[in-house]
Amino acid sequence: MAVKQPISKATIWSWLEEVIDPEIPVLNVVEMGIVRDVVMDEDPIVIKITPTYSGCPAMNAIEMEIHKKMREKGVHSFKVVTDFKESWTTDWMTEEAKQKLKEYGIAPPEKTEEEGDFLTGLKNSQKIVPCPHCDSLETKLQSEFGSTACKSQYYCHGCEQPFEHFKCI
Amino acid sequence: MSTLDTIPKTKKEALVEILLRLADDRIVHGHRLSEWAGHGPELEEDLALANVALDMIGHASSLYSYAAELEGKEDEDHYAYFRDDIEFKNIAMLELPRGDFAFTIARQFLFSAFSYFLYEKLIETTDDEQFKGMLSKHLKEIKYHLRHSREWVLRLGDGTEESHKRMQEAFNEIWMYTGELFDLDDADQVAIEHKVYVDVSTFHDQWKNLVHETIEEGTLTVPDSEQYMFSGARKGRHTEHLGRLLAEMQFLRRSYPDATWK
Ligand SMILES: [Zn+2]
Repeated sequence: MAVKQPISKATIWSWLEEVIDPEIPVLNVVEMGIVRDVVMDEDPIVIKITPTYSGCPAMNAIEMEIHKKMREKGVHSFKVVTDFKESWTTDWMTEEAKQKLKEYGIAPPEKTEEEGDFLTGLKNSQKIVPCPHCDSLETKLQSEFGSTACKSQYYCHGCEQPFEHFKCI
Repeated sequence: MSTLDTIPKTKKEALVEILLRLADDRIVHGHRLSEWAGHGPELEEDLALANVALDMIGHASSLYSYAAELEGKEDEDHYAYFRDDIEFKNIAMLELPRGDFAFTIARQFLFSAFSYFLYEKLIETTDDEQFKGMLSKHLKEIKYHLRHSREWVLRLGDGTEESHKRMQEAFNEIWMYTGELFDLDDADQVAIEHKVYVDVSTFHDQWKNLVHETIEEGTLTVPDSEQYMFSGARKGRHTEHLGRLLAEMQFLRRSYPDATWK
């Protein structure tokens, strides 16, 4: 290890908070719930991350950014491990993160709930997603697939603007 | 491990075989879906198909990575780019040309419905934590794919005369490839014993019910299931279409094996 002083776990977490999600530049990877654990029992330090959506092209970039950040902080003995054991859910996003999303113009995910009959999709099209711009409840689902895997597209009748909703998974 | 007709013996070998089968299905399907990018019937649909394609390729990538980890290979690219058609273990349905939009939807619906039931059972059954975690994650996305394609079957089936006709033709055309979804071979049996696969016949009726109900709700007719069914692709007996698909998919990586993104 190149570092003389022992680094605390909290310090590593705070460095990771400096790593930004490339697709949603107002959020860092800790508040997104992407970083699951920092294990320092042994050398090298292990940083466990979990993919958000499996088709998410940002995951590679995020991993590279974490590498860059750690090296920048003078830590060279570490590895980033993708952990598939748990599957990421939007419930892991912090409240602050959801607020930042809204301010950024993306309607944040609500809490996930047991789906009824997911096939008929009733729950989804009936779900009311408030507009992040004007808070109007007069919004309509346009498509379950948006510009990235994690977002669906809505239209607001209040301010007559389209907006994106971060899907709950 | 990729040698033809090698029956896995250990749990690890059985799991690798299953990972590769699942991954090959998904990468081939994802590639076919990706061909729609820029050609979708409307903007929303263009994005939707591209998203589903990305999910499929993402699922394949994590399954390949796990197989690579188990086999001690450097990374997953070996499986995707450096195997020939005869070594691919995907079922034939997924390698057929993308056809028209109705055909793409018919295929996505039948395969998503199958994946949905398979993953539910597999998650319940397997005691391999990493495998289970991956499947649980993928299942969330499969539900979106299934709902999306099912809605299109209804909309096109019960739509205009033209869309109805095309949707019906799509099902008629693809039907002889549906038998392979439920084929079970020696490798599957070993995997079932080791709890890394499930007996697919246990959910055949559920799949059939969902598929039949949807087709009928879309005012369409379920094709004859007693007809000749294609089989053998998992053992390397593919249609002529896979070779061409792979030629396109593998060309860059094989021509420039050390190329990197700048
Ligand atoms: Zn609004």
